[in-house]
Amino acid sequence: MANIKLNIPALEIHDLTVAFDRKPVLWNIDLTLPQGKLVGIIGPNGAGKSTLIKSVMGLLPLSSGYVKLFDQDLATVRNKVSYVPQRNSVDWDFPVSVLDVVLMGRYAGLGLFKKIRPADKEMAMDCLRKVGMENFANRQISQLSGGQQQRTFLARSLAQQADVYFMDEPFAGVDAATEKTIIQLLQSMTQQGKTIIVVHHDLHAVTSYFDWLVMLNTRLVAHGATSEIFTRENLQHTYGGKLTLLSDVGELFKREELPNREM
Amino acid sequence: MATDIWIILTASLVSTCCAILGCYLILRRMAMIGDAISHAVLPGIVLAFLFTGSRDSVTMLIGAGAVGIFTTFLIEFFNKQAKLQADAAIGVTFTWLFAIGVVLISVFAEQVDLDQDCVLYGELAYVPLDTIQIFSFTNEIPKASVVMFVILLSILLVVRLFGKQLLITSFDPAYASSIGIATTLWHYVLMSMVSATTVASFEAVGAILVVALLIVPAATAYLLTDDFRVMMKLSIALGIFASVLGYYLAYWLDGSIAAAIAIVCGIFFSIALVFSPAHGLVKKHKKIIMH
Repeated sequence: MANIKLNIPALEIHDLTVAFDRKPVLWNIDLTLPQGKLVGIIGPNGAGKSTLIKSVMGLLPLSSGYVKLFDQDLATVRNKVSYVPQRNSVDWDFPVSVLDVVLMGRYAGLGLFKKIRPADKEMAMDCLRKVGMENFANRQISQLSGGQQQRTFLARSLAQQADVYFMDEPFAGVDAATEKTIIQLLQSMTQQGKTIIVVHHDLHAVTSYFDWLVMLNTRLVAHGATSEIFTRENLQHTYGGKLTLLSDVGELFKREELPNREM
Repeated sequence: MATDIWIILTASLVSTCCAILGCYLILRRMAMIGDAISHAVLPGIVLAFLFTGSRDSVTMLIGAGAVGIFTTFLIEFFNKQAKLQADAAIGVTFTWLFAIGVVLISVFAEQVDLDQDCVLYGELAYVPLDTIQIFSFTNEIPKASVVMFVILLSILLVVRLFGKQLLITSFDPAYASSIGIATTLWHYVLMSMVSATTVASFEAVGAILVVALLIVPAATAYLLTDDFRVMMKLSIALGIFASVLGYYLAYWLDGSIAAAIAIVCGIFFSIALVFSPAHGLVKKHKKIIMH
């Protein structure tokens, strides 16, 4: 496959609408994300954050619109794209080991009939090392804590060696140490030119984690560099009348000493 | 070969097929789909009888296998399109299809050489009576054994070649789709194998008891290990062991062989439930005492 040019966007969404039972969950989304950014998707519950990345991954039928990755259809660049589902979406009592799960990340590159090779195992161990889970390789997944489960999923995704990663709430229910490990890893990956798009479930640490933001509430409220669009006005549009949340936002502004714009 | 060896061999072939498929069914939380298919294929079997006028196994496999796939399709349809709960969708579909089969049998009783008891419980003791000569130099061997052997080989081939697809679509279907694995295709591949196995083992173990062989050895193995590969081997071993023990239990009691096998499976399950290293009641009791 030809190398991807740096100037084309990692993700382009055009006129995307997704509906369940005729009720729109995403409405008319137009969005372009550049390469090499750590992007946060934020918005209230039910805003369509997970739906957005599932639609991009082709897991849901689109009511209208299209999605391009590196200016191509998903099918042609699938080996450059990786998806990390929500941790709670699988049965953690499934009888497999941590290494088994990470090796699933190598299935993508193997053909229909091919077996896992020793090189795949080495690569999977490398990925476990990156998330600090190398000592858990042979542990059954039923014995993992929430943070360890999340790091296992992350290692599986890393094993795909993709260029763009879509992660659905990787910080949900993980301990502070794991959150720190993960964010450092993601930041180092973006420095190597990878694009990482993260559904984030709260407003905590948004400004320090993400250099690019997508603010979503069924419609797209704003997207762009965090420093430019993380404003009171946009937050109000995104979170609407959720007052308790808004007062939290006020706290956030004070604490993080954001440039408090006059409106 | 002596008849008892053929009976035990056929029972072991049936239970091995079921034990392999059962592992996937349980982990996909689809145990009751196996139940549904095993009942719903009845009209397919009767219709195949009526149209061809023979007990030709290949025709039956194709006819009833198609109905089996249709069953899973109907269940999916009721569940996804009509928004019916999954278990209700299963209940509606298979009872309805099974009832059609029962009515067909009673209406065409003269043409169809099928006994209703046999449909439900099967009769392993009759297996050695229906024989076939495959090569001119061999003796006649039971037809059921040949069919089950072919099905077992096909299942082993599919699991050997596509084990990783079946495993990943069972564990994390969304991720599997995201890396380009056709989740729906593998669902129907599995369902086809379940249909074929159920139909082929119909005469031997019947519609109800085949469910015991599909689910119980796999469920027992699930309690005993945390490793999928071990689970599958254990499941197969338990199924074969139950077949042998069940045969002698039936011989001793002078009762139904298939039922005796199912009872032995149930006993194995109970033992695993009490003594399982990870999930067993004994272990839990110890944990409570230690705390």
